[in-house]
Amino acid sequence: MAVIDLANPTRFLNLVTRVLPWLATATAIAFAFGLVMAMNAPDDYQQGATVKIMFLHVPSAWLGMMGWGVMTVAALGTLVWRHPLADVAGKAAAPIGAAFTFICLITGSLWGRPTWGTYWVWDARLTSVLVLFLLYLGMLALYWTAEYPGRSSRAAAILALVGAVNIPIIKFSVEWWNTLHQPASIIRTGGSAIDPSILWPLLIMALAFTLLFFTLHLAAMRNEILRRRVRTMQMMQAQHLAGAET
Amino acid sequence: MNLGPHADFIVAAYAVTVFVIALLIAWVVLDHATLRRVLGDLEDRGVTRRSRRKEGA
Repeated sequence: MAVIDLANPTRFLNLVTRVLPWLATATAIAFAFGLVMAMNAPDDYQQGATVKIMFLHVPSAWLGMMGWGVMTVAALGTLVWRHPLADVAGKAAAPIGAAFTFICLITGSLWGRPTWGTYWVWDARLTSVLVLFLLYLGMLALYWTAEYPGRSSRAAAILALVGAVNIPIIKFSVEWWNTLHQPASIIRTGGSAIDPSILWPLLIMALAFTLLFFTLHLAAMRNEILRRRVRTMQMMQAQHLAGAET
Repeated sequence: MNLGPHADFIVAAYAVTVFVIALLIAWVVLDHATLRRVLGDLEDRGVTRRSRRKEGA
């Protein structure tokens, strides 16, 4: 099957039906390995056992940003290439990205209290992630209040492109400003600063979270295609009934 | 496994994460079941998409 064939929603649904069970199984296996490794990882010499929160906080932060990245690519697909599945992909990614950003904020807050002595500070990293969460809420409001599925697509695509400016701000906030949040310690020049005994569980958990994101995203895209079919068929039924009455 | 003096924070972080992910999974699964049921009802009433009618012709 060529990539262009996936522009056809029916072919895309057939592919999702075949791929989804495998993806869900891979997600469950990755989480099983990741959680066992995370629970058996040694305590950090400074933070003690609270380092276990990192195995949730860091992957959810990455996926919160990746969710907006998916929406940005989908926005280009909507505005530039007018791909029929682009708006579907963008709309499906919004609640999932919002959920991971919410997890990132809550776990970060719960990690901050024992390590920093506070649940929240208005530093650049924390504030820019909060802005990302608020952007997600705005996007969800835009999608959920639109009368027709296609009506919100252009506005949502423009909001996704404008909001994409926040992603590099989140990434580089710890370098551009003085923050309480620690600088990058995994993806940085010179290699990771984390000991392999903690780094490997983190990477496996990140893989599990990423697989979960794509499993949920494909399933949500399938639902959105079905929702648009239901909408179309209900309109046809209403037109048919109106025609029969006149 | 000893979670030390900050066990409450660690357990709360994992509990919140499990709860939010469970909500996401439930939303996707229940939404799919509802949409399938509504589509089935419409098809039972003879409503078909134009592309489906072309396939049948």
